[in-house]
Amino acid sequence: MSSWYLLTLVGKDRPGIVAGVTTALYKMGANLGEASMVQLGGNFTIMVLAQYKGTEKELSEFILPVAKKFDLRLHIDSVLEPKHQTSLPDVRITVYGADRSGIVAEATTALANAGLNILNLESDVGGGPNSIYILIIEGTADKGIDALQKVLDDLARDKKLETRLSPIDTLIG
Amino acid sequence: MAILDILVYPDPRLKQISDPVTKFDSALKDFIRDLNETMLAGPGCVGIAAPQVGYFDRIVIVDLSSKPKNPNHGKLVLVNPVIVEASGSNIGREGCLSVPDYTGNIARAKKITLTAQDEEGNEHSYQMKGFEARVVQHEIDHLDGLLFLDRLVCRRSELFPRQNYAE
Ligand SMILES: [Zn+2]
Repeated sequence: MSSWYLLTLVGKDRPGIVAGVTTALYKMGANLGEASMVQLGGNFTIMVLAQYKGTEKELSEFILPVAKKFDLRLHIDSVLEPKHQTSLPDVRITVYGADRSGIVAEATTALANAGLNILNLESDVGGGPNSIYILIIEGTADKGIDALQKVLDDLARDKKLETRLSPIDTLIG
Repeated sequence: MAILDILVYPDPRLKQISDPVTKFDSALKDFIRDLNETMLAGPGCVGIAAPQVGYFDRIVIVDLSSKPKNPNHGKLVLVNPVIVEASGSNIGREGCLSVPDYTGNIARAKKITLTAQDEEGNEHSYQMKGFEARVVQHEIDHLDGLLFLDRLVCRRSELFPRQNYAE
């Protein structure tokens, strides 16, 4: 019986990381599940679910050489068999404003109190010297959309943030 | 009446391009009845295209009568549908009877003008926007051998919603 592992690899970005890591996993007989591989600043981050017949130690021994080659830090967690898209987001929220500390903490705390369960959050900084902080959140509105809209209106007024909420109506057809 | 079997990806027939309907006869009406029943049997399903049941004629049904919050025409049978005009762009989440257990974000035109025939062969023209326009674009894609998987957008590409510039 094979087990599932969540591998995290992080390091300075350079060409070939994804190909190198996934080829090593493929060669050792691991089967990949969902993954997030993204550049953050000048760093590259990989989080990938993998199904593998061996132990955590064996997995680590196989992957360490390629991690070393690309100067990546490796972390492995043993996890339960993943389920696909267990909850579907029903709301998408955009928040942006002049960059300052506390935007993410303020917005997510207020939204959590209003029943938002975050499934995916991405944030970015843009806008040159007067930088803008941008947050895009997808999640489920466990206390309804109106509760979230009220919180976003408060954030816009009290914290000088631009906020937008769009319901996600998933089409099946 | 019968519920028809749904083709599921990677069935290569989902990539086939469907032919225009030329005969508006009782066989067409019987098929449309079965196609409608098949759509209604799909949980939460708001549209279906003939090739999803292995019938490669340009027929789709959309039915948004369960979505009164979105402006729509209710149930429509669209034979030989053609999008003659499209504008704007919107990202929304889509799933498909032919691609179980997966949904993804897809960019579609916000507004469309559509011509289509009904099951008697009469020509109609429709203006649609938002969710209804999205459903029709999803179903017409099936007639051209395209799945929503062919139009997935990267999650991060949403960060700067460009539809604001397109208006
Ligand atoms: Zn479909």
